[in-house]
Amino acid sequence: MTALHALLAAFIGDFGATALLGVVIIMGYLSVNVLFLVWLERKISAHIQRRLGPMEVGAHGSLQTVADMLKLLGKQLLTPAAADKAVFLLAPVLVFLPTLCIASLIPVAGAEAFADQPYGLIVIVALSGITVIAIFMAGWSSNNKYAVLGGMRSVAQVIAYEIPVLLSALVVVLITQSTNLRTIADAPRFHPWLLVVPQAVAMVLYFIGITAETNRAPFDIPEAESELVGGFHTEYAGMRFALFFFAEYTNMLVLGALGATLFLGGWHGPWLPGPVWLLLKAYGVILVMMWMRWTYPRLRFDQLMSFAWKLLIPVALVNLLLTAVVLGVPGAGR
Amino acid sequence: MTLSTPSTADPTPPLDTYTLNMGPQHPSTHGVLRLKLTLRGERVVAVEPVIGYSHRAHEKMAENRTYAQFLPNTSRQDYLSGLIYNLAWVEAVEKMAGIEVPERALVARVILAEFNRISSHLLWVGAFLADLGAFTPFLYTFDDREAILGLLETVTGSRLTYCTGRFGGLSKDLDDDFPRRAREVVAKLKARWPELVGLIQDNVIFRQRTEGVGRMTIEQCRRWGVTGPVLRASGVPYDIRKMEPYGAYPRFEFDIPTRTEGDVFARYLVRIAEMEQSVRIIEQALDALPAGPILAAGSLGVKKRLKPPAGTYYSAAESARGAYGIVIVSEGGTEPYRAKFRTPSYANLAALQEMMPGTMVADAVAVLGSLDVVLPEIDR
Repeated sequence: MTALHALLAAFIGDFGATALLGVVIIMGYLSVNVLFLVWLERKISAHIQRRLGPMEVGAHGSLQTVADMLKLLGKQLLTPAAADKAVFLLAPVLVFLPTLCIASLIPVAGAEAFADQPYGLIVIVALSGITVIAIFMAGWSSNNKYAVLGGMRSVAQVIAYEIPVLLSALVVVLITQSTNLRTIADAPRFHPWLLVVPQAVAMVLYFIGITAETNRAPFDIPEAESELVGGFHTEYAGMRFALFFFAEYTNMLVLGALGATLFLGGWHGPWLPGPVWLLLKAYGVILVMMWMRWTYPRLRFDQLMSFAWKLLIPVALVNLLLTAVVLGVPGAGR
Repeated sequence: MTLSTPSTADPTPPLDTYTLNMGPQHPSTHGVLRLKLTLRGERVVAVEPVIGYSHRAHEKMAENRTYAQFLPNTSRQDYLSGLIYNLAWVEAVEKMAGIEVPERALVARVILAEFNRISSHLLWVGAFLADLGAFTPFLYTFDDREAILGLLETVTGSRLTYCTGRFGGLSKDLDDDFPRRAREVVAKLKARWPELVGLIQDNVIFRQRTEGVGRMTIEQCRRWGVTGPVLRASGVPYDIRKMEPYGAYPRFEFDIPTRTEGDVFARYLVRIAEMEQSVRIIEQALDALPAGPILAAGSLGVKKRLKPPAGTYYSAAESARGAYGIVIVSEGGTEPYRAKFRTPSYANLAALQEMMPGTMVADAVAVLGSLDVVLPEIDR
């Protein structure tokens, strides 16, 4: 990898080489990841429901999602006559871009994040806010009542659930005294044993928060098939629909990896190389998300909101305060 | 909240509401139902069910066919508990023509009808949970339903649109192995209930989504003519099998499960308890299954041209959805002069206009699902 980087740097400069490698590796891996996750989701749901799931294309249906992607590529891209064309076309692209940017900010091993930022965590939080704008654009521009409802639900939901995610991330920031993700993953943080409790609470809050942010059941009300048909992507067909799908699964991986970095020690682990450990932890988080999706019914919109505002956010605030108090006690460490 | 129902005659509809046409193609309208929802934000202000998308004129068809020729039509009204509808028609005609039914056929009818009721309720549990966003129970209940369908297929030859009733009995006798297979299915069902309770009933989200939603008082039920599990969930122990006993039902012991809450959760509990009672009936009937002919002597099944005496006849049966009534007017010919069906879903669906306003869109789906409507039975 370093040799290849040096070779490229000779032609297009150091920055150019890093950018090119980053784009190729991240784009390449995330594409494969989506295909894998969709297959995994179908297999997991099948086994939870005592079915076999896809079995025909490839061994145990492993190439099923490749076939599905090819089918979606071949489909006609329909644009509703009454849609706001420019916004309608822009939304699927915009929903996908922030996730890619976030992926480049997550450190995959000791010294390697493609964009190593001193304020990495803050940039990530800022970027993930863009996704919801794209979803609302999709819902609004479709000029479809179901899509508008889905879009509005999505905005309300993401605003509500970003707060507990941010507050629980702040707990870690307080403890590690850094917003750089590499420093966070490296920092020792169980020195006063009291710190274990707030971090565990923060982890649960973070997990619930990202489940809602990625629109996964039981918080999947923006698409709520049985109520809103397809929610914000009702009017999207073919590859544009696939991009929303792509974004959802990429988001799951990226937020899972961020959770692994914040709470599970990132790339640290015995025997295996760093990137493998990071991915294993991220996929572990995703597995739990899938398990939840196929077990629980969906919450109602108002229940979802009161769950966030009346329970998650107060708990997150108290948790943050508790961490600060523990850290402020003289002789507690730092 | 106050209800302002914008009518079509009103030239200026209120600006803070909008109309959403839910269906006829929509994942949770259970067939081809269209709901004209008037919404304020996400809250339902008024609802108008639009029906008739699968109208096939069953009542008109009845006027142009002999009594036996109409048999296949019956199970195509309610495709989920078709056997009950099929047997109801047979019993109505037997009443008209004064045909005696052998003991064995009477008991066998009860067994088959109760199995059919369970399969219908099982499908409802799965479909209702899918409406609420949980897809997994669907597969579990279908697994059990499959066992029942397989069992019924061995007797009736069909899995969905049964046509096994004959004037004076059944088309085929239960074979010697049937009781053993039936008991196997019953054992499987009984083993599954604790799982359903753990997976569905004790789930916090399920309770939150269903408790206190779509409440109906006894008075409201009476006004709309609501019957079946929906009425029993409101607290009225009204069941045709007890109120106007027919067939072999009077000789079996069973309870009419009721609840007093009248909400969506109560309807779920009533249906679950009803399945348990059906199993109770089946077990008693299997024990009491007499030997003998399955078809009355002298009855040639469908071949004989029946000419019931002139008059107006009424007969009723308890289907999985509620009270099913049949009125037949005969002029003494081989075909009915007029046949009218009182189907339970039709009245239950109408009550939606009272249940839905004030709820959120998500609850609207739950309320509709809790009624267990079958559209072909409403449209006929």
